[in-house]
Amino acid sequence: MNIFQVIPLNHYIFLSALLFCIGVTGVLFRRNAIIIFMSIELMLNAVNLMLAAFSTYLADGAGQVFVFFIMVVAAAEVAVGLAILMMIYRNTNSTDINVLNKLKW
Amino acid sequence: MLTYAFYFLAFLAIFSGLMVILSKNPVFSVLYLIMTFFCIAGHYILLNAQFLAAVHVIVYAGAIMVLFLYVIMMMNLNKETEPHKNNYLRFAAVISGGLLLLTLLASLKGAVTPLEQQPYNADIGLIGNLGQTLFKEFLVPFEVSSILFLTAMVGAVMLAKRDKKEA
Repeated sequence: MNIFQVIPLNHYIFLSALLFCIGVTGVLFRRNAIIIFMSIELMLNAVNLMLAAFSTYLADGAGQVFVFFIMVVAAAEVAVGLAILMMIYRNTNSTDINVLNKLKW
Repeated sequence: MLTYAFYFLAFLAIFSGLMVILSKNPVFSVLYLIMTFFCIAGHYILLNAQFLAAVHVIVYAGAIMVLFLYVIMMMNLNKETEPHKNNYLRFAAVISGGLLLLTLLASLKGAVTPLEQQPYNADIGLIGNLGQTLFKEFLVPFEVSSILFLTAMVGAVMLAKRDKKEA
């Protein structure tokens, strides 16, 4: 059963572009650092989806292996990022990114 | 049947993706993000990447989102305390996101035509084939990623540890 007989590859590209842009908008839209992290996860997943679609379309397993590497990087990034967030919360008692403006001047 | 499954999953993924950035309560954001991840896992199954779907559910919904939930619980953030950005900034964010979408769609619209679809192979997503690719072609990145994990673990412990003098 081949998915690309009924769904053109373009639809997958549009879907992942849309998810990516939702993530970008979320980073710009919100002030809570945790939501910004989640938006970054959304962007990484959009890229993963596109890699998997191309991997199936071109019948090449390398695309899916790239997805595993992206997952590794995402997991490492979340672990370190949330630790930084905990530290910020301990020092400032909020996760609002507007509190972190000491580098501005 | 496949068409309906695709459009249903795509609609659900986009809807819950929007709710991630629109809902006020961070806990709801996490739950909507988990829903998005399950939709993406469904897409992987549609694409015949079963092992990828399983790993995606285990790693994202099982590990990363639980980490997010724990951090939100520890910070006690389940109240709607976030002061919102002023309306000009939100408007600018939506406009720039929309413009990026427009650019991406316009540039990717014609990107597929030069690509020839290869003869369909249903075995690509099976664990044996992926293991062959991973350990033959990508052995060095695989080993490097283990070092990356170790570094991230040490860094996370270092950062999250309380200072002795403080306590």
